[in-house]
Amino acid sequence: MTNLVEISDLNFGYGESLVLKGINLTVPRGSLVAIMGLSGCGKTTLLRLMGGQLQAQQGSVRVAGQELNHMDERQLYAMRRRIGMLFQFGALFTDLTVFDNVAFQMREHTDLPESMIRDLTLMKLNAVGLRGVQSLMPSELSGGMARRVALARATALDPQLMLYDEPFTGLDPISLGAIGRLVRQFNDALGITSVLVTHDVQESMKIVDYIYFVADGVIVAQGSPAEIRASTLPFVHQFVWGEADGPMPFHYPSQTMGADFGLAGEVR
Amino acid sequence: METILHGLRTVGDTTLRIVERIGAIVLFLGKILRYSGPSFQRFGLVIREMYFAGVQSLIIILVSGLFVGMVLGLQGFETLQSYGSSESVGVLVALSLMRELGPVVSALLFASRAGSAITAEIGLMKATEQLSAMEMMAVNPMARVVAPRFWGGVISMPLLAALFGAMGIIGGFLVTVVMLGVDSGAFWSQMQAAVDFHHDIVNGMIKSLVFGIAVSAIATFEGYEAPPTAEGVSGATTRTVVSSSLAILALDLLLTAFMMKGWN
Repeated sequence: MTNLVEISDLNFGYGESLVLKGINLTVPRGSLVAIMGLSGCGKTTLLRLMGGQLQAQQGSVRVAGQELNHMDERQLYAMRRRIGMLFQFGALFTDLTVFDNVAFQMREHTDLPESMIRDLTLMKLNAVGLRGVQSLMPSELSGGMARRVALARATALDPQLMLYDEPFTGLDPISLGAIGRLVRQFNDALGITSVLVTHDVQESMKIVDYIYFVADGVIVAQGSPAEIRASTLPFVHQFVWGEADGPMPFHYPSQTMGADFGLAGEVR
Repeated sequence: METILHGLRTVGDTTLRIVERIGAIVLFLGKILRYSGPSFQRFGLVIREMYFAGVQSLIIILVSGLFVGMVLGLQGFETLQSYGSSESVGVLVALSLMRELGPVVSALLFASRAGSAITAEIGLMKATEQLSAMEMMAVNPMARVVAPRFWGGVISMPLLAALFGAMGIIGGFLVTVVMLGVDSGAFWSQMQAAVDFHHDIVNGMIKSLVFGIAVSAIATFEGYEAPPTAEGVSGATTRTVVSSSLAILALDLLLTAFMMKGWN
């Protein structure tokens, strides 16, 4: 089997309105795939479906050949041991030290002796360059450091699949480059398959293998970074080059300007 | 006519919402019990929460207990003196504290000190995706976060009530015996003769155990179900204090009625 994640004909909605409509998507083993789109287009929802935190109304979500939609709670928790997820702002446990955060899963899921947990944790922290902050609390870290600690925590038990939710949001250029490099490195060195949800075009184009573009709940374009960059689709072009106006209008739909400002006649 | 209908509709609507909420809390309590296994296999988790909920509430509980006991002593002394039986003030202080004030006041204080903290903590963990992250690490937040906090609260509550009562009696003693000159022997011996272990002390403990369950369930429920925003968490914290206080007073009435019946 070559695909680790296979999503087919997926429909998902909160209440009546559909957020995702007829999504088909595959993530080959060992690859690093980005899902891009505007804020609120449903890409984080897609990620949560892959992690089994949400269940689709229609269609199938298969991870490592297993259908997530029909799993009971026990099976879902067993599956999640093979999945790591990096949250947008790290989501470190604020009542635990950096060390305890990274060691959390090892303590919860394994019977390893404390001395081995210590070594493994320090190795994970070393991989993200933060062995030196092991005794600090998460509140004492900068945003970029917190994100790297969260990355060490998410990969603590060597997952098969890593899910990244907006890993580049709110970072300075140096931290941003560091996280990007780590995402690629972990993918290749540990043989992880990665899915990256982001709207940071420039940074993710540098590291990913394949890109899916989501707009209004459907996949509007897909391809390698080079193909996406060369795309002539108006929406993709506007997104990649960050143009203020285009198919996604600058103005939110409203009544006419004349009506809003109380002007006579039809001024627009 | 319109206004009457509107009023009726509001009353019905509010009643339904309250009943629904009580139902949701009871279901949540059932869920806590289902996921309580790890709390007892790894009792360290509960001990940690007992420290936060119980030990850190000690100051407010002990000081309030002392003041309440002193006031009881003063008021009781004044009233009893006019009947010439001021030595019975010890009985009055002890019975009021054991039966009512100890369990009720300490539960009210516990709700505002520890209950609100539990709600805010769980609510913020939810808002900052810590609960989601835990779920994704294949650790159930109900078992790892909610259940230990619940049991920490339930176990702490009767202990706090007992300490509150003890401090209250010391407060009463200080005011009446040390300051107002009531005979010390009469104070203690009358108290000893009048306070019954089963009817007064055990029943008081049962009350505070029930209050502990109610406050802890409400506090964890409100935190877990709080909308993940600043506004949502602050609203949930307020609701914890308000609903817990109402629940404590309502349950107190019920329990007292049952216990009274047992005396016949």
